[in-house]
Amino acid sequence: MSGKLKGKGGLEGYLEAFKRFQNGAGGPSWLRDVRQAAIQRSAELGFPTVRDEHWKFTNLAPLAKKTFRAASGGGKITLDDVAPFVFRGQESARLVFVNGRYVEELSDPCAQPGGVIACSLAQSLGTHKELVEQHLAKHLDYERDFFAVLNTAFMADGGFVYVPARALVQRPIHLVFGTTKTSSPVVTHPRNLIMVGEAAEAAIVEEYVSLGGDEYFTNAVSELVVDEGAVLEHYRVERESERAYNIGTVRVQQGRGSNVTCHGVFLGGALVRNNMHPVLAGEGAECVLNGVFMPRGRQHIDNFMWVEHASPHCGSRQYYNGILDDKASGVFSGRIIVHKDAQKTDAKQTNRNLLLSDEAQMDSKPQLEIYADDVKCTHGATIGQLDDEAIFYLRSRGIAAETARTLLLFGFAAENLERMREEPIRRYVEDLVTGRLPRGEILKKLS
Amino acid sequence: MLEIKNLHVSVEGRKILKGFSLKVDAGEVHSIMGPNGSGKSTLASVLAGRDGYEVTQGQVLYRGRDLLEMEAEERACEGVFMAFQYPVEIPGVGSIQFLTAALNAIRKHRGEEELDAFEALKLFKDKVKQLHMSDEMLHRSVNEGFSGGEKKKNEIFQMAVLEPSLAILDETDSGLDIDALRIVADGVNALRSPERAMLVITHYQRLLNYIVPDYVHVLVDGRIVRSGGKELALHLEEHGYSWAGERDPAAPAGASA
Repeated sequence: MSGKLKGKGGLEGYLEAFKRFQNGAGGPSWLRDVRQAAIQRSAELGFPTVRDEHWKFTNLAPLAKKTFRAASGGGKITLDDVAPFVFRGQESARLVFVNGRYVEELSDPCAQPGGVIACSLAQSLGTHKELVEQHLAKHLDYERDFFAVLNTAFMADGGFVYVPARALVQRPIHLVFGTTKTSSPVVTHPRNLIMVGEAAEAAIVEEYVSLGGDEYFTNAVSELVVDEGAVLEHYRVERESERAYNIGTVRVQQGRGSNVTCHGVFLGGALVRNNMHPVLAGEGAECVLNGVFMPRGRQHIDNFMWVEHASPHCGSRQYYNGILDDKASGVFSGRIIVHKDAQKTDAKQTNRNLLLSDEAQMDSKPQLEIYADDVKCTHGATIGQLDDEAIFYLRSRGIAAETARTLLLFGFAAENLERMREEPIRRYVEDLVTGRLPRGEILKKLS
Repeated sequence: MLEIKNLHVSVEGRKILKGFSLKVDAGEVHSIMGPNGSGKSTLASVLAGRDGYEVTQGQVLYRGRDLLEMEAEERACEGVFMAFQYPVEIPGVGSIQFLTAALNAIRKHRGEEELDAFEALKLFKDKVKQLHMSDEMLHRSVNEGFSGGEKKKNEIFQMAVLEPSLAILDETDSGLDIDALRIVADGVNALRSPERAMLVITHYQRLLNYIVPDYVHVLVDGRIVRSGGKELALHLEEHGYSWAGERDPAAPAGASA
């Protein structure tokens, strides 16, 4: 690495940081090559601007201008701090990452039958390097996805999950990424590699949370490689500090007849980008993207769906509901790409939004790109307020107007929550969502 | 219990009720019959507290208090219940959650102890059984995907749970098949009591075969044009609403205080 790289605006800091990152030299040599190619590509791409079609509604200037120090792990986090991260009624494996680094003392990977592996990516580079090399950074979009590429340049740690063929993960695997209070803003690049073998089944939760951190940047990437006939229930819970930046990219590679559901709950962050990129590569694969986002204050949450149908007889569903309050803004951009050979594609997309204030703003944009001729693609988007008739119905039964509104807001989000099949996880997420609703505590008494 | 005096109501500047008067005592069942557009649903909506109705004249006293001054939820807490002509579907809000919230709001208002989730569920199941309904609806979102008949039954079930003092049934019979009509009527009849008054609003005499009223009033063009006993309904069925309107335009005895 010559150090002659010149980055476009905003990238100088990252290029400097890359030098301090030993020019990507940690770990096996192939990994160094991947990282170096990635920093090169990052420099070429530069931070996207609103002139970029894919970033039209999200202004990254505040993020690009800000200097973030590479996080160095650590932070004084105790077991008590991570005690709330449990799914009541369900034993789960928990891997805790603090400021981007795996912390063994806070984690409980718990042994699972069937040869299931859940450990940190850093560990896996030593213990399971063939498995890692097979898939790590193999499926990303180097053409357009700046943040995934930047993550690749700096990737060092994150969750590694390997589920061998026909194995069933009995305890959900919970990956918790926390950022602590730091003297100056830090950036982390969590990198997850999740491999689910043929006809195997797994439930995995990624959670991004502030552990005292205020202004910081999480740039996460998850690669989900799901083999033939496998079933994966994937959850992403984003509840960063409301001054934090969170850019998360989930790239799903699906084999024949596989079934993947990606749930997302987006509550925190000043600026959040949720990149979902499933590729239905094998015939008859099914994918559901189910999410709820609830920005308030001046939060901005941008959901960017990029669903590729690459084989025949695949089905995809996108269900995203947004509740926006105060001066918050949201984006839903749902692109469905049907490749030439992907006949009999059945793709559907709905995005419903509630605006709770006059100043909240939502941009919803469906995009269909269809190159096959025998397909069924539908999309629908609504942006509106709570239904007055429903409020009156509840009030006419004695329920105070404020409570009625809370119930209806919960009902709106519940449409998404109900799709979460793992009940203890659903309850966990439900609690987080209710906690975010005005007067949400009253709901606790009713169930 | 309820005294409506010379009520005039406009909707979007259009006069709908034009001097409606009615007195209902505890223990009585009054039926308001009238053709489409006569003001039946407006009456129900005004009594329940729906927005968008302008009272330009008149007064409504409920147990001596000015009903029109109360918010919709306060009316419900004070014992007024309206069975909707078109019950609203509320996806994502569970029936149990909804009804527990309603029941406890009313109990709290009455100074009674709130029920916990377990007690509430037991009560709901008992009521469902008494009404010969299926408890399957308890486990669904409020009215979501219900048939017309199921929605109306659900209204009666809610009424049975909330035990109002004044029940207003707004065309609860419309769109019901015979079986559903019977279940609905049985539910209403089971709630008849000396302490409770009912206002049964309907277009057709059919419902009154099952819910026999003490008084029948004919509403035409925003006013009661004729009042009488249950036989008035039969007469009306035979001769039509035009008959009632032509023969006796003055509000007769029993219709006003």
